Amino acid sequence: MSSSRAAESSLLALNQQEELEDLPREYPLSTSEDEGDSDGERKHQKLLEAISSLDGKNRRKLAERSEASLKVSEFSVSSEGSGEKLVLSDLLEPVKTSSSLAAVKKQLNRVKSKKTVELPLHREEIERIHREVAFNKTSQVLSKWDPVVQKNRQAEQLVFPLSKQQSIFAPIEHVVSGWKARTPLEQEIFNLLHKNKQPVTDPLLTPMEKASLKAMSLEEVKMRRAELQRARALQSYYEARARREKKIKSKKYHKLLKKGKAKQALKEFEKLRKVNPAAALEELEKLEKARMMERMSLKHQNSGKWAKSKAVMAKYDLEARQAMQEQLARNKELMQKIQVASESAEEEGGVEEEGEPFVPDVVNEVQVKADRPNPWMFRNHSGDTKEAEVQGDPEELAEPAAQEAPESEEEGPVVAEEILLKEFEERRSLRQKSGLNQIAKPVGSQEAKDLSSQEVLSELRALSQKLNRESHQSRKQELSSTRTVLAVQREEPAGEEEEPLLLQRPERARTLDELEELGKEGCFQNKELPRVVVEGQQLERNPSNHLGVPKEKKRKEQMIDLQNLLTTKSPSMKSLAVPTTVEELEDEERDQRQMIKEAFAGDDVIRDFLKEKREAVEASKPKDVDLTLPGWGEWGGVGLKPSAKKRRRFLVKAPEGPPRKDKNLPNVILNEKRNIHAVAHQVRMLPYPFTHHQQFERTIQTPIGSTWNTQRSFQKLTMPKVVTKPGHIIKPIKAEDVGYRSSSRSDLSVVQRNPKRLSIRHKKQLKKNSVD
Amino acid sequence: MKVKMLSRNPDSYVRETKLDLQRVPRNYDPTLHPFEVPREYVRALNATKLERVFAKPFLASLDGHRDGVSCLAKHPKSLATVLSGACDGEVRIWNLTKRKCIRVIQAHEGFVRGICTRFCGTSFFTVGDDKTVKQWKMDGPSYGEEEEPLHTILGKTVYTGIDHHWKEAVFATCGQQVDIWDEQRTSPICSMTWGFDSISSVKFNPIETFLLGSCASDRNIVLYDMRQATPLKKVILDMRTNTICWNPMEAFIFTAANEDYNLYTFDMRALDTPVMIHMDHVSAVLDVDYSPTGKDFVSASFDKSIRIFPVDKSRSREVYHTKRMQHVICVKWTSDSKYIMCGSDEMNIRLWKANASEKLGVLTSREKAATDYNQRLKEKFQHHPHIKRISRHRHLPKSIYSQIQEQRIMKEARRRKELNRIKHSKPGSVQRVSEKKKRVVAVVK
Repeated sequence: MSSSRAAESSLLALNQQEELEDLPREYPLSTSEDEGDSDGERKHQKLLEAISSLDGKNRRKLAERSEASLKVSEFSVSSEGSGEKLVLSDLLEPVKTSSSLAAVKKQLNRVKSKKTVELPLHREEIERIHREVAFNKTSQVLSKWDPVVQKNRQAEQLVFPLSKQQSIFAPIEHVVSGWKARTPLEQEIFNLLHKNKQPVTDPLLTPMEKASLKAMSLEEVKMRRAELQRARALQSYYEARARREKKIKSKKYHKLLKKGKAKQALKEFEKLRKVNPAAALEELEKLEKARMMERMSLKHQNSGKWAKSKAVMAKYDLEARQAMQEQLARNKELMQKIQVASESAEEEGGVEEEGEPFVPDVVNEVQVKADRPNPWMFRNHSGDTKEAEVQGDPEELAEPAAQEAPESEEEGPVVAEEILLKEFEERRSLRQKSGLNQIAKPVGSQEAKDLSSQEVLSELRALSQKLNRESHQSRKQELSSTRTVLAVQREEPAGEEEEPLLLQRPERARTLDELEELGKEGCFQNKELPRVVVEGQQLERNPSNHLGVPKEKKRKEQMIDLQNLLTTKSPSMKSLAVPTTVEELEDEERDQRQMIKEAFAGDDVIRDFLKEKREAVEASKPKDVDLTLPGWGEWGGVGLKPSAKKRRRFLVKAPEGPPRKDKNLPNVILNEKRNIHAVAHQVRMLPYPFTHHQQFERTIQTPIGSTWNTQRSFQKLTMPKVVTKPGHIIKPIKAEDVGYRSSSRSDLSVVQRNPKRLSIRHKKQLKKNSVD
Repeated sequence: MKVKMLSRNPDSYVRETKLDLQRVPRNYDPTLHPFEVPREYVRALNATKLERVFAKPFLASLDGHRDGVSCLAKHPKSLATVLSGACDGEVRIWNLTKRKCIRVIQAHEGFVRGICTRFCGTSFFTVGDDKTVKQWKMDGPSYGEEEEPLHTILGKTVYTGIDHHWKEAVFATCGQQVDIWDEQRTSPICSMTWGFDSISSVKFNPIETFLLGSCASDRNIVLYDMRQATPLKKVILDMRTNTICWNPMEAFIFTAANEDYNLYTFDMRALDTPVMIHMDHVSAVLDVDYSPTGKDFVSASFDKSIRIFPVDKSRSREVYHTKRMQHVICVKWTSDSKYIMCGSDEMNIRLWKANASEKLGVLTSREKAATDYNQRLKEKFQHHPHIKRISRHRHLPKSIYSQIQEQRIMKEARRRKELNRIKHSKPGSVQRVSEKKKRVVAVVK
């Protein structure tokens, strides 16, 4: 009984568990047990009964009722003692066996059928199985790389690094912010910097500037920055300039500077006078004061030390004299009382104007000299002067410079003689120069050929001018000169015309020749092919008939002919002295031969061989080399061919080679192509990746250089197989690089997921180690 | 008289702006440019000769260590920074642009066995003979601070190698077993063994980062999976493997530097046959490192030379040696794939160009085009005997040269013997085994 109880309880527990598993999680185990509501109770009861009814005894026991009870069993109907009434519907339900019962039965059967558990495998065996499974799994994982590896191995070009790196820009402030001053020196420096509120990180901007920058928009910031930069640049530029100017020692420079400043001041004063008279007056007062000061001082008098020394020197030295004069002028200027500004300005202008005529002649001369060597300038002048001549200014002839021209116009009547003299002088100087420079083309380019004649002309002209102001002669001269020029010009085109004629004539002739030649060639070319064909035919028919071949060949062909005869005619030979039976036999043989002949009617082996040999001989013969370059020295292009003469000239006739080694061997072709010297450079074995010699030859024969290929294809052909970027780290290939999804699980997490087993393992290992 | 004039369309010769290149009219008619093959051949020959003329690979020697250099490490973020550990426990950090040592740390007592940088470049790890793993800051100590490791882990056994995970705060050490450590913990989160021999090096796979490879002194190479915390497979070779290196572009390919003078490239999914045997060294190969492009690798050998192999060739394309360089212990290919560094017994770290005749510095576009063209020409005519001879010619120290001859004779003798054995035994009784299969003793699942 107790054993059955135990079984029951265990089964109950089992069933309960099953139920629990079926139940959703919201119902915890405790509530269903503790509450014990009527529904649960009933179910429980039912189950108990079901189980107890499994063996027959119990069922019967339950069926009989010993005393009144509230418990109602479905197997035994009882209406007594119970408050419930029997309802008809209950009776209508079919009596069926519960499904749970069958399941339990099955389970029991299974438990009964199970035998003893086998012994676990040996540890090593288990490990081996583990390893094998793991290896298979890993190989599967690895095999996903197969296509990638294949692709990379066969790739035309691999560019490393495979993944493009984005460069990260970190502002220097951020980089430095993590850094701290540690050494006493550093700390001291930092303290100093902080005290002065100097920017520690970015040396360009102070915190104030930074704040202002932050307050502005980007464009404003940019503008402001640019402004700042400009201001700084300007400042530094001016500083540098000031420094530089300060350093200049030249007195002349400073003098000029002062003068310039004075002029500037004057100009400003003028402006001021117009705009603001009051301020101008003030200025005037200042000037007055300066004048007074000057008067008081002896600064610009002759009494100074410097002035005295200059006065001594002035006799001999032009500069000193000038300097003195300048000083005096300045003195005068300063001492002058300024009454009305406008007047003074006029006066100044007058002084300037007056100053001009006193410029010495030599200066002008220098100017002219300076001008002369420049042919461009000079030509213009000459043109001008010519125009002037045409207009009717006879004195002015060739040379005078543009600046001089007006002057001379003004002074012409007064100092004509002087000018003439001057001109002569100039000429002389010019001549001297022209001897050196060879640029002097006094009048027009056409007259430049004859220098001496020109000189004579000019002198003549000068004389005539002196005598007679009218320029008839000179004009004549001009005319004559122009006439001569015209003549020359006329001649030149004639010459030019002649030249082409001269040149062209032979060419034309040549072209005619060419045409003829071309025609001939055409004929030749047209003839050549058929002739070859005819030759072949003739050879086949009767080689001995052939005419246009060298003797040797003829002889050979004769020999070949003999052979031919021997081979072809032998079967048809007949001798009368042979008996008839043999003849019959022969007939049979002949029939057979006939048959064979008919069978192999198409292929004549011997003739083929002979033909082959003939071709080989032809091919081995040295060929003439045609070195004509089409278009060289004549027109070239499509449809044009170099002339026959030229071709004849550049055709290098090949020398007669040594006799062939197989000349006297009718059945042999000896290849004489093999070049011993070239063998050392030739590949003997077909290299590995190639399977046929033609493949290899083709790869060798296709050139890859830019001489034979366009730029694009050259680049493509010479593309390097592996390209690396200098200074870039090449990382191992990643799954993401080739478009695979990399495993999201980290290796570490996987290892740590089953640490228990590992730790046990480890312990064992350690133990073993310690034992060992 | 009518004069005929040549007239051209100005569009064909006037450039739009003065910044445009002048158009040079070219006629590509092949009849105008004859002899293309001979001309290109001559160009190729000249290019090959010039390559040999300009082949000056040695750049600098970094001296400062007071004992043999035992390990090298690259900085993951900075090309100019290199770390090296010596046999006296000293670690030095070098600046390659200045070619100067910028920091010296007395890290361990005894050898520094391994050194590796963290993937972010902020710190690095060292292991030494004093059974410790130390983590150091990459930046030097600030003013007033002492040079001290960030963390020190005291282990039970000697660690012989270390490698850091490529993405996470995990590193692996090897010694008696392969331990995987979390940076935050003082005990390993996982430790794996297979066999009882000491493991000489461990390397993380740079692509599939949960994979590890290690090689032990019982001639085997073991692969591990960190996520499943189990070894995967083991391959036993003829002789001991010193180090392995994973290909950074091909996830399943690794190369093992072996004591039998050869290097073996394996596909980790098919360990029974190596993909390629790389032979040229005449003594044990001590270290190997892949170029970041995954197209070549460099190997350091006990025969006092380093060699550069293309991954798909069994013979080296380059050999570097100097008179003063002794047994090379460690070698690294820089991350821009331009330079090679090797540390050797005689306390120096040497810097070499990866491409011996390459011109350093910025190239103008014309220079670049010319070098590309020359390179392509050399490739095109590489099978021609003269070019082949010139491009393959290297000067070797007498010891290496004579050893190569000796090896050749030995190999030939072995081959002859095998042929004779086949010839004189019953047909079919002696099987010919391919050279590749011969080297693999067993694959253990």
